[in-house]
Amino acid sequence: MLTEPFAVGSSLMHRLDPRVKVAAAVVFVSVAAILVRWEALALAMATAVSLVGLARPSLRQLSRRLMLANFFILCLWLFLPFSHAGTPLFQLGPFAGTAEGVRAAARITVKANAILLAFVALVATMPVATLGHALRCLAVPEKLVYLLLFTYRYIHVMEQEYHRLHNAAVIRGFRPKTDRHTYKTYAYLVGMLLVRSLARAERVHDAMLCRGFRGRFYAMRPFFITSMDVASLIVIAAVVGGMACLEWLPTT
Amino acid sequence: MASNDLILSLRGISYSYSRSRPVLDRLDLDLRAGEKVGLVGDNGSGKTTLLHLIVGLKKAAAGTLTVFGREACSEEDFRLVRQGVGLLFQDADDQLFCPTVLEDVAFGPINQGHSPAEARLIAGKVLADLGLGGFEERITHHLSGGEKRLVALATVLAMSPRLLLLDEPTTGLDHDTKERLLAILRRLDIAYMVVSHDYDFLGRVADSVFYMKDGRILTTEEGAIHSHFHIHSFGTLPHQHSS
Repeated sequence: MLTEPFAVGSSLMHRLDPRVKVAAAVVFVSVAAILVRWEALALAMATAVSLVGLARPSLRQLSRRLMLANFFILCLWLFLPFSHAGTPLFQLGPFAGTAEGVRAAARITVKANAILLAFVALVATMPVATLGHALRCLAVPEKLVYLLLFTYRYIHVMEQEYHRLHNAAVIRGFRPKTDRHTYKTYAYLVGMLLVRSLARAERVHDAMLCRGFRGRFYAMRPFFITSMDVASLIVIAAVVGGMACLEWLPTT
Repeated sequence: MASNDLILSLRGISYSYSRSRPVLDRLDLDLRAGEKVGLVGDNGSGKTTLLHLIVGLKKAAAGTLTVFGREACSEEDFRLVRQGVGLLFQDADDQLFCPTVLEDVAFGPINQGHSPAEARLIAGKVLADLGLGGFEERITHHLSGGEKRLVALATVLAMSPRLLLLDEPTTGLDHDTKERLLAILRRLDIAYMVVSHDYDFLGRVADSVFYMKDGRILTTEEGAIHSHFHIHSFGTLPHQHSS
């Protein structure tokens, strides 16, 4: 089951206008992703941590997310130090780890965590439905927005459908093995899931037609910009500007 | 409105999925304003197909379909039909596609040309009418099966239909939700047609029952449903039968 552990709350981050948060996230992430200098990266990290502090998420949920992402980053640490050319830093059997490699891995680690934290604070603090409306207000093409919203709505139904099919196989003694029968069974499961999803999509469309759908959606509630939103936007813009200065201004 | 006002009239309607076996074969059907009918028939006898034909989701191969006194042929005609005929689908998950209950219930009214603010009011009122007050911000896919069915009914009723078509509305409902649905239907002053295999339920919501067989409709007289076996959900505990 997909859950939205950070979506509900009453912190400052939860009260900000969703459009402001999405815009801030996009600006922050697109600059943070290309930073190289350590001073700039440190500022990005500090900003992300402060944002999360303002959002006050459940620390257990947050560490679960961070662990998941850092598991993949751990894989980078296994290879990057050895695949970068440069000054040898340490020797592991026949392989030499380079200082450049370690630095690259560290950079990616800081960058990825900063971006993840900023996303938790800015984007995960709203329900997906609200995110959809915010994206539409920010002139994201309607089709993409509805793709997101419909996916979110029906992914649960498809998951249930998959479990029903899977259970049907299991109660008739199906045990996955590494053989032809297993592959065939899974192929049938996926195929049947596709067929059912298509049929479901047609029924959903029929139901929408019955309620007068003519290819257009309308937003239910307008968003309101408060002075707090404007202030937050200015602060974020200033910080991102600071990150850019640290990155691109020549050092004296 | 006079009681003999025809709101729905089907003449010689035929439909088939494959050439060899027609599902509907020159079917005739009349419904009058305020009429409450049940529709029974074997699996695959074309009950759902009939409902989909009435709202134009499927197009009849032959015959004429007159709704609210106007013959409906083209998609444009059926767009109009759907403004006044509500269809409750078998599976509520097909019907509820918006993230929140409020948006889903307001979807129809907005399509009818109401402003979002008006649609909100309508949605709130319909939800309150159905005893679903406070459901507005609930996430549709987190609702229980029974709640989904009632919310789906709210999405249809929010469009103020003059005719309601219900496709097996009691499937999968527990006793309490079924009773709630029953109370809601009995309160409605619009015409409706209920497809169901639940004879107990039909006996309590329908004034008359149509029977579908071989692609046609046979009308049974009032009171044709007269005896039944049923499971006592209360076992041997003392209980009362509702009339």
